[in-house]
Amino acid sequence: MRPFTYERAADAASAVKAATETPNARFVAGGTNLLDLMKLEIETPTHLIDVGRLPMAGIEETAEGGLRIGAMATNSHVAADARVRSRYPVLTQAIVSGGSGQLRNKATTGGNLLQRTRCAYFYDTAKPCNKRAPGSGCGALEGLNRNSAIFGASHACIATHPSDMAVAMVALGASVEVLSPSGGARSFPLMELHRLPAERPDVDTHLVPGELITAVVLPPPPKGGQIYRKVRDRASYSAGLASVAIAGGQVALGAVAHKPWRAAEAEAALGAGASPAEAIAAELANASENGRNGFKINLVRRLVPAAIEEARSNWAEKNGSVA
Amino acid sequence: MSSVLDWEATPNPVKENRAGNIGKAVDRYEGPLKVTGTAPYAYEVEPPSPPDYGVMLSAPIAKGRITAIDTKAAEASPGVQLVWTYKNAPKQGPRPERYDFFTPSPRPALESDQVYYFGQQVAVVVADTLENAQAGAALVELSFEAAPQSVIFSDHYDEADQPPGESDIEIGDFETGFAEAPVQIDDIWRTPLQNHCQMEPCATTAWWDGDQLTVHTSVQMVRFAQNSLAETLMVPHKNVRLLTRYVGGGFGGKGSFYEDLVLASLAARELGRPVKIAFSRQQMMHGTVHRPATEQRVRLGATEDGHLTAMSIMTTTHCDRRGNFTEHASNFARNLYAAPNRLTGHRLVRLDLPVASAMRAPGEASGTLSLEVAMDELAEKLGMDPMELRILNEPPTDPETGKPFSIRQLVRCMREGAQQFGWDRRNPKPGQVRDGRWHMGLGMAAAIRGNFLLPAKASFTVDADGVITVKQGMTDIGTGTYTVLAQIAAETLGVPLGDVRVEIGDSELPPAPGSGGQFGAATAGSAALDAGMNLRKAIAEIAVNDQASPLYGGPSEDITFQDGVIAISNRSERLSELIRRNRPEGLTADGEVRPAADAAKWSSHTYGAHFVEVAVDTVTGEVRTRRMLGVFAAGRILNWKTARSQLTGGMIWGVGSALTEGNVVDARYGSLINQDLAGYLVPVQADIGELDAIMLDEVDDKANPMGIKGVGELGISGAGAAVANAIYNACGVRVRDYPITPDKVLAALEAQGR
Repeated sequence: MRPFTYERAADAASAVKAATETPNARFVAGGTNLLDLMKLEIETPTHLIDVGRLPMAGIEETAEGGLRIGAMATNSHVAADARVRSRYPVLTQAIVSGGSGQLRNKATTGGNLLQRTRCAYFYDTAKPCNKRAPGSGCGALEGLNRNSAIFGASHACIATHPSDMAVAMVALGASVEVLSPSGGARSFPLMELHRLPAERPDVDTHLVPGELITAVVLPPPPKGGQIYRKVRDRASYSAGLASVAIAGGQVALGAVAHKPWRAAEAEAALGAGASPAEAIAAELANASENGRNGFKINLVRRLVPAAIEEARSNWAEKNGSVA
Repeated sequence: MSSVLDWEATPNPVKENRAGNIGKAVDRYEGPLKVTGTAPYAYEVEPPSPPDYGVMLSAPIAKGRITAIDTKAAEASPGVQLVWTYKNAPKQGPRPERYDFFTPSPRPALESDQVYYFGQQVAVVVADTLENAQAGAALVELSFEAAPQSVIFSDHYDEADQPPGESDIEIGDFETGFAEAPVQIDDIWRTPLQNHCQMEPCATTAWWDGDQLTVHTSVQMVRFAQNSLAETLMVPHKNVRLLTRYVGGGFGGKGSFYEDLVLASLAARELGRPVKIAFSRQQMMHGTVHRPATEQRVRLGATEDGHLTAMSIMTTTHCDRRGNFTEHASNFARNLYAAPNRLTGHRLVRLDLPVASAMRAPGEASGTLSLEVAMDELAEKLGMDPMELRILNEPPTDPETGKPFSIRQLVRCMREGAQQFGWDRRNPKPGQVRDGRWHMGLGMAAAIRGNFLLPAKASFTVDADGVITVKQGMTDIGTGTYTVLAQIAAETLGVPLGDVRVEIGDSELPPAPGSGGQFGAATAGSAALDAGMNLRKAIAEIAVNDQASPLYGGPSEDITFQDGVIAISNRSERLSELIRRNRPEGLTADGEVRPAADAAKWSSHTYGAHFVEVAVDTVTGEVRTRRMLGVFAAGRILNWKTARSQLTGGMIWGVGSALTEGNVVDARYGSLINQDLAGYLVPVQADIGELDAIMLDEVDDKANPMGIKGVGELGISGAGAAVANAIYNACGVRVRDYPITPDKVLAALEAQGR
């Protein structure tokens, strides 16, 4: 680990100010991902601004009938919240399928969104990786890339975003609130937070330097069943090979792209009356494989219709009619 | 030299078990220290003065040489005490042509500019703090010239050759027997390179006092490591005191030792201060040893009614350029099933990969993953129950050598397991049982693992408080050695368990070979029993010759030892009183064990049967185990709790071997890609479900004086095969390329049009 300095932010505004004014600074909250990356010298910030104790851990009702989840709310806290469990079960299911109990106790909502890829070449500093060392090349492209992206990859990067929570939030149509260096707050759809790799895979999000995520806002739950299904090599503490979040007619996929993947084509097809199988086939028309990850296309083709059917039958069971 | 017949005929306190200490579910002797974090592992040992800390640098190429070194910036970095590469590392004993497991020899570190495998240690930085050492290490500039490398096993099958000094073993005429068999199985299985992933990485704390070195490290074999280290440092063996009090897992990976031990010892001598060096988790993957990959061809020929007429398992495997390790995946098949025509053997490829070596049940762990699945396939072809097929082919004597079995309860393991598990509920037709979206299946496999006894010594001391202290240069790698030695001592001397102290893991104690090959308990325990018997005799002689003792003048062979009291019928006194009067400084007796001269007359193994229920999601290809039961026959069990823990631990590892574990090699870099415990997937709690191990009542009087055998490696043998067989029963898919991950299950399902 490289030497670094540390400060505990007094409030959100001063945290943003410090991050803007200090070169090579990073926010830290739960630290479940950043500290690992610092130990391996994949991340080498020279200054840490601890935002973990800022009073942004609440979960409150919005006027629209949704929930506003503070950025510092831990993953465990959100997953266990009675309102989340009853109105957004897909979110609870997604959160508890990620990490381990210990990690979820420390990890925060904002930090979860900003966790970095689990690509093995990103983690191995002896290998090229455009995300870790821009311009060094992509070790995964022609490597052992079984768990790489099938949507939106570039020749510079085929890594996937590892969050489960974010996939459910994208399916729920969540938006994210940030505090900007200008001092102003802004809000935008969560599905616009992360970017595709293109030529700059080292940049994970559209946040401007110094911007701090303060909350995630869930709109009222959509009509229809919800479910999160994650396929993985082992039953816990394992990255997804593919995952899907269903919230009514809204579908998002995980572990298939550089960002949580809103399956817009599939949603449109479903909206036009297509069968689940037809809908995911429409989405997969845009998928491409990179060497060893071709199975993920088959996996998604099989997984998503099964999940949609399960969500529908759960909804029908609860409401006595087919949604 | 003793004879097996003497062992069989001679009673001893362990066999008699009057106080009932033997077999009991005794809690771990060192358990409270471990769970309260007060058992100091090697890196945590507090040296006599503040230590320096070393950080090693690893080669980023698989083959080639170091072409340029610049350590100036690192040397100038705050707190850095020394920076060593091959250019300036101290002179060490020369590396022998080939290593073997039991001959101590030098293991020099940083020995030349040559790189033999990715992750080889090529430099060390020692500084006043770990952080300064890490910061300094980041400033070391090393340039390398890579040479063409051969790292992909499957690309080099054509280079495979007989391992040195070995030949195939053929009984009868295999090819003819196989060709003439009306029912045949001929398939190929592949197992991947695996890593031990011990909880505790290799680590050392070392310091010198004059020319005397004290090292605390994490190894399985005390004397071997002590002597090899001394020869590396070019000092007399006696100048090295090596301690390994607590070991956080070995599994074969700590059978030898690595650069942490050598470099910490050298740096401590150079700096005149204690030095600590540990491997990182990532360094453990490449820089230590691994279980090599195998390709196994199994051929079985049988009559229509299920009698095996021909059986062959031929294994191709790999080791490093300078090594001589062979993964003997075919060997266990020589002793398992009857078949008149048999062919077994191995082929070895040398690759530019890290060092191949032993990992839990070397041979059996990989080999059962093929043969025990082939038996399942054969049973299906024959329309037989796979357990009944095995029972039908149960040999009356060792199928290869014709030797009598010391004892063999494999059939009983299967029958008992079948009954307890509900094997009769298995539908032989795959894919018939559902639990929601999950397809359920049952599978079973046999387990076998050899039994060994090596020479060992021990000493017992009784003090004036009647406390027995066991001393032995043995290790406890998480297996329960401390605890079973205490039980043997308590039973032998007739004292309460709380009046026994156990000192192990120190080269100054009577030597024992250490932990490995599941020979630890039998070997160390038999030497301990002998020391205990000798101490009994010494105590008895003192008692009958002590006029102050109520036992004075009695026949010494009639003395009983019970509850800390020695007695001849109704004459008695406390053991402590006798010792206080006669030997206030304490009384010590030594003991030892050697393999019996006639031990080779019997075929001696441990056996078991695994039963597994799995659930397969045929939409996603995911496999989850629901229930596992193992039934084992492994001689007398010393401690129900620690033995069961080892067996279930092995079974869990079998699940990992079947479903998740394996390092993949990137051909371009010659490196393993999954380098941490988030990438190398061992089973977690959620993967296992219901799990139990049953140990049959058994005594193997031909194994050693206590009639015990080992359990450390038996549990993994066959466990993965039972999982694979259950997967087939659940969904009709055979994946012969381990691990059986969702992508492979999906591909097999899709190949069937599902």
